[in-house]
Formats: sequence, C-alpha cells, structure tokens
Amino acid sequence: MSKTITIDGKTIPFEDGQTIMDAAMAADVYIPHLCHQPEFTPHGSCKLCTVKVNGRNCSACTFPAMDGQDVLSETKELIDDRKKITQMLFVEGNHFCPSCEKTGNCQLQAVAYHLNMLDNHFPLFYPDRNVDASHAEVMIDHNRCIFCALCVRASQQTDGKNVFALSGRGIHKHLIVNAESGLLKDTDVDVNDQAVHICPTGAILVKRTGYQVPIGERIYDHQQIDQVALASEHPKHGK
Amino acid sequence: MYEHLETAENRDSLKRVVVDPVSRVEGHGKVTLLLDENNKVQQARLHIVEFRGFERFIQGRPYWELPVLVQRLCGICPVSHHLAAAKAIDQLVGVDPENLPVSADKLRRLLHFGQVMQSHALHFFHLSSPDLLFGFESDISKRSVIAVLAEYPEIGVQGVKLRKYGQEVIRMVSGKRIHGTGAIAGGMNKSLTKAERDYLLEDIDQMITWAEGSVALIKKVHCSNLPYYDDFATIRTNYLGLTKPDGALELYHGGIRAKNEHGEIIMDQVDYCQYNDYIHEEVRSWTYMKFPYLLSLGQENGWYRVGPLARVNNCDSIDTPLAEAARVEFKAHSGEAMVHSTLAFHWTRLIEVLHCAESIKELLNDPDIMGHDLVAQGEKRYEGIGVIEAPRGTLFHHYQVDENDIVTKANLIVSTTSNNMAMNESVRQVAAEYLSGRELTEPLLNNLEVAIRAYDPCLSCATHAVGKMPLQLELVDVDGKLIDKLVKHDDGQIERVNA
Repeated sequence: MSKTITIDGKTIPFEDGQTIMDAAMAADVYIPHLCHQPEFTPHGSCKLCTVKVNGRNCSACTFPAMDGQDVLSETKELIDDRKKITQMLFVEGNHFCPSCEKTGNCQLQAVAYHLNMLDNHFPLFYPDRNVDASHAEVMIDHNRCIFCALCVRASQQTDGKNVFALSGRGIHKHLIVNAESGLLKDTDVDVNDQAVHICPTGAILVKRTGYQVPIGERIYDHQQIDQVALASEHPKHGK
Repeated sequence: MYEHLETAENRDSLKRVVVDPVSRVEGHGKVTLLLDENNKVQQARLHIVEFRGFERFIQGRPYWELPVLVQRLCGICPVSHHLAAAKAIDQLVGVDPENLPVSADKLRRLLHFGQVMQSHALHFFHLSSPDLLFGFESDISKRSVIAVLAEYPEIGVQGVKLRKYGQEVIRMVSGKRIHGTGAIAGGMNKSLTKAERDYLLEDIDQMITWAEGSVALIKKVHCSNLPYYDDFATIRTNYLGLTKPDGALELYHGGIRAKNEHGEIIMDQVDYCQYNDYIHEEVRSWTYMKFPYLLSLGQENGWYRVGPLARVNNCDSIDTPLAEAARVEFKAHSGEAMVHSTLAFHWTRLIEVLHCAESIKELLNDPDIMGHDLVAQGEKRYEGIGVIEAPRGTLFHHYQVDENDIVTKANLIVSTTSNNMAMNESVRQVAAEYLSGRELTEPLLNNLEVAIRAYDPCLSCATHAVGKMPLQLELVDVDGKLIDKLVKHDDGQIERVNA
C-alpha cells in the first residue's frame, strides 16, 4: 500500500524522498511559495509555504513527507500569517507595482493578489537600494529583491556558474555578484542564463524588454498564481 | 493688464480672503486675495500648493520605464504623458518620428484622440458645465455634474458617454482605461484586432452627432451673453502650440508655432527639439509652479497661453470637415484675428472633441491600425525630446540617459505650467473687475474658480520645481528679533543677509 499524508483532510499519496510541497503539487494542491522552484534545492527562506504538521509549523518545501502526517495549510491562521509575511516583503523593499515592468508577470504581486493583500499594513522602510545597470543586457534593481536566492541556485545548479550570492544577515542581507568591482558587468553572467530569467519579482531584468507584452497577455492577467504554478511546476506536466 | 496686483505693498495691514481648495480642477491649488478696508483688491494670486517632483525621482530609472512611470503624473491625461515620453524614448533608440512604423504612428494617434476626447468631455461636462448652465454665482448645491444630470439629463448623459467612449478607445489600444501600456521605445506593443476595431466602430457615428450637439450648445451659451463671455477673465496674450507643416490643427506631432495677440507669427514650424533655444522658465517664491516665457520677447512680454484656445487660434484650418466648419464659425463670431476670451476655451475644447471623434472614425476605417509591423530600431542616442499637444496644451518631455540606459536628467514643461502666468492674470482680472469693492460672498468667489477652470488646469501635473525654489531661512530670538537670515535664490545661489 502506498504511503499517504493528509492536507486539509484530503488524502495525498507520496513517494519516499518527496517533501510535503512535492507531494502537494503532484496532487494539484497549491501551497503559496516564492523561493521554491521544483528543479532547485529547496531553500525554505520565504516561509510563505508554512504549514502545520501534526501541530507544528514547518516549511512545506523543505519538510519531508512522512506516512500519516496530518498537514493543515488553508487555515485562517496560516493564511493570515502568509499575508503578513507578504506585507513584510513589500515594506522591506521598494515595490512600486504601478510602474514596474514586471507587473502582471510578477510572482510577488500575484501571491499578494492570491492572499487578498489589500494594503501594506506595516510602515514602509523605504530602504536606500541601488540599481546596477552596468551590464549591457541585464540589470539588477535591488529595490525589488526579496532574497529568495533562486538566482543564486539557478546560476550554480543550471548555468554552471556562480554569479550571485546573498551576503549579510537579518535586515542587512543583500544580493551581491561575483566580481571584485561588485558590478554585474564584471561577472560572467549571460542574458541567456536561467538565473537571469528566474527572478520571481522585478529585481533581475533583461534590459530594453519592459512592457513589450501588452496588458491582457501577461502571465497573471487571466489566471491566478495557483493555477499558473500548478500548471508549470507540476511534476507530470511541468517544464 | 493686471500685474500690479501680483504683490501688494503693506501686506500686513490688508484683509485676507482665501479660496482653498480651488474645486473642480485637477490637483490642489488655492487663491488668496488681499483687500483693503474698502474691499478693494490689492493682491490676487493663484498658488499651487502641492508638490510632485517627478523630474527628480525619475533620475536613476531605466529609460524604458518612462512612458509608464511618468503617466502616473495624472489620472486625467496620462496618455499625453505616456506618449510624450514615448516620443522622447523613440529618439533614445534612434527612431525619429518619420521612421516610426505607420501602424504604430496611427495607433498612437488613435490613442491620443481618445485621450483628448475623454479629457475634454470630462472637463466640460463634469467640471465646468454646472457653471455655464446654472450661472457662475448659482447656489452651491447646483454646482456639480449631479445637478446637471438632474436638470439637463440629456446633456449630462451625453457628456458621460462621450467621455466613456474616449476611455474605451484608450482601453482598446493600451489595455486599460487609465494607466495602460501601449507605446514602447520605437513603436507600440500591440495593434487592434478586428473585433476591437468593430466594437469601437459601433458607436462612433453617435459620438460625432453628440459632439456636434455639444459645439452647438456651447455656441448658444456663449453667444446668448456675448459681451459678458467675451470680457470675463479675458486677457490679450501670445499663443503657442504645434501645427502641421501646412498650418492645420495638430495634436500628436508637428512644429511649434507662436502668434502674438494680433495674430502675427512670432515663430513657425520650429523643431521642438530646439525648444530650449526659444522657451525659458522663471521661478517665483510663492508657488511651486514655474513661469515659462518666449526668450525672444523676454520675461515681461514673453508669456503665452496654450491649450484648445491657443490651438484653434493658431491653426489655419482643421482637417476634418465638421470641426473645420465649427472653427470657421467660431473665428467669425469675434471678427478679430485672435479670440482672447478666456471662456472661449470651452468652445474650442468642444470643437476639438468633434475633431477627435471625426479623426477616430477615419482611423478606425484605416486597416493600418490592425497591422503587425509595430516597432522600429535604430542607433542608441543619449538625449530624447518628446512634445505633444495634450488636452491642456503643449507638453514637453526632455530626458538625458547615460551609457547604461539610466535617466540622468529630466525636464518637463507641462501645459498647465505654460498657462500659469495667464491663469494668474485672469484671476487678477476677475478680482479687479468683478470682485473689487464688493462684499465678498461664497457664490461671488466662484467667479475666480470659473476663470481658473476655463483653462482646465492640471495642477498636480505641473509642480516639479525641485531644487529651484527660492527659499528664505530666518533665525529669530525669543523676543522676535532677527538674528540671521539665509536666502536661496532661484539660481541656487545662497546668500547670507546680516540682520
């Protein structure tokens, strides 16, 4: 007999080695997440996928599925926590959706819509962060970085490079690039690297391509992030 | 002229009357009057009290953000800022207006006609028609579009629907009614589908009919009280705007023409990229809005008006038949080469609504708007200037970028800024001719707002004089004695004035 867990009362099978997130996505159950992509080593940093396992809070993307686990995900308490986490991500950076070229294609924005986040709630930090436009084709807007480390992992695990890293701790954490000058132009990043295209917000961008996709044809214009994630990250029909 | 009322002597001994906020305009402004003991007006000023500062905070952003970022200046004419910025960044990617793909050029024009139509309809029907239909000093309960809808339902509904149609044109071309995308460097990001085109074609004949009716309405209102309408807030000024090479009315792209109060040409078909050689801006300490003037005529005489009245005064013709007939009739009513009546802004605004409706029909029947060649590319440049005739007048966007595509400098001369001197002069005229010496009541003060409203000012668009404001810092001891004083002049120089 195959092993199963329950998520919000629904029985879900899993295979050894799968995390709760893996099992959930395979069963078409969406758990909100930003720092997780199934093809990379889980990072467990954004905490949006926090679920309650047998009464304890865990990150679904890092916690192994084990037979008989009772997992709660869509409870009021957890949804409220996820909304607060998302609000904190917004106020910690400088996110101006109305003029951002990632709007409509942005996972952070889409998660906020999914969680029905209607305001920032917390006071804005307005941190002083810069834009690194030194590279001819790729740009980093540090104002929008949420430190998910997807670019770090994509550069190492897919591109076979080591362009990005996170430095500093706590509120001083920031994205750095692998060059003595600290500038993107002095790294070996290439516009075709997966690391350049993996950013869930508008922090890493291909230059001179903004707004080329008209309103109505953007990723989240007609679908919510749960539908998009289940379609693109599902182990059977994902990429 | 009434410039002597800009700054009164013995200001401390005068009574102060404030209209704050000025209502039914975009943004926040106030009027202050200083009166002597006989209620004679000694000083009248229109202050723009809000501050936006876009020119500063777009520095450091990549240039392709500009059309989408700067359109947030305004919720009424965002498309004008969107397109002026797009024209400027076309140049940054090496695309001059004549090299823009035909489909992109026509889609932008369609978008702009929709914009001018909806903005003018909003201004006339929602903001100004209560004054014109019920009287300038009518009861305050009448002075809103709600009262218009109650007492003149047909006019009110037509106004709402004319505006809605313009918004629908914008939505079809740019994806949203307000703050869409659409124009990108070197072109457009989409064309119209046949279904979108057909949807807009359904109602266009009705819109033309209603626009014709609105021109007839304003003509009737204006001519029924001709001496009053021709005199109220009226000032004799220069006029500036874009025209086509043949002198016809142009809203999207043309050369700069300026005429003086007698209708004589001051300059014609000037390439707008050279605007800096012809127009300068002055800063004054009591407002966040700058005062532009024509360099050749100097600060004192070089100020000018822009907007529908300027455009219809400046042009030799309009290239759509119904609007042209309306223009001829409008010019004939005064018998003068130039119409200086400030309230004639409304009449010309509605002539332009008619022109927009006719032009939209023409473009909708042009298959190029469904074309797929939408973006051109050229050699990178470091400076771009885009100028357009926004609903409220000529709008200048000027940007410089560095080798990394980042904006290093921006200058915006917004239509309302060009009308700043004229609005102040009209306020002073009304204060001097209609209010001075009378017991001031709330309805009487509405006259000041009627004068300002005629210009359809967008005060929030127009306040960007960051770093250039003259400032005065005084250090005073506990007894009120001045100890030290620093003065920052409008050229940025700081001077210590010893007490």
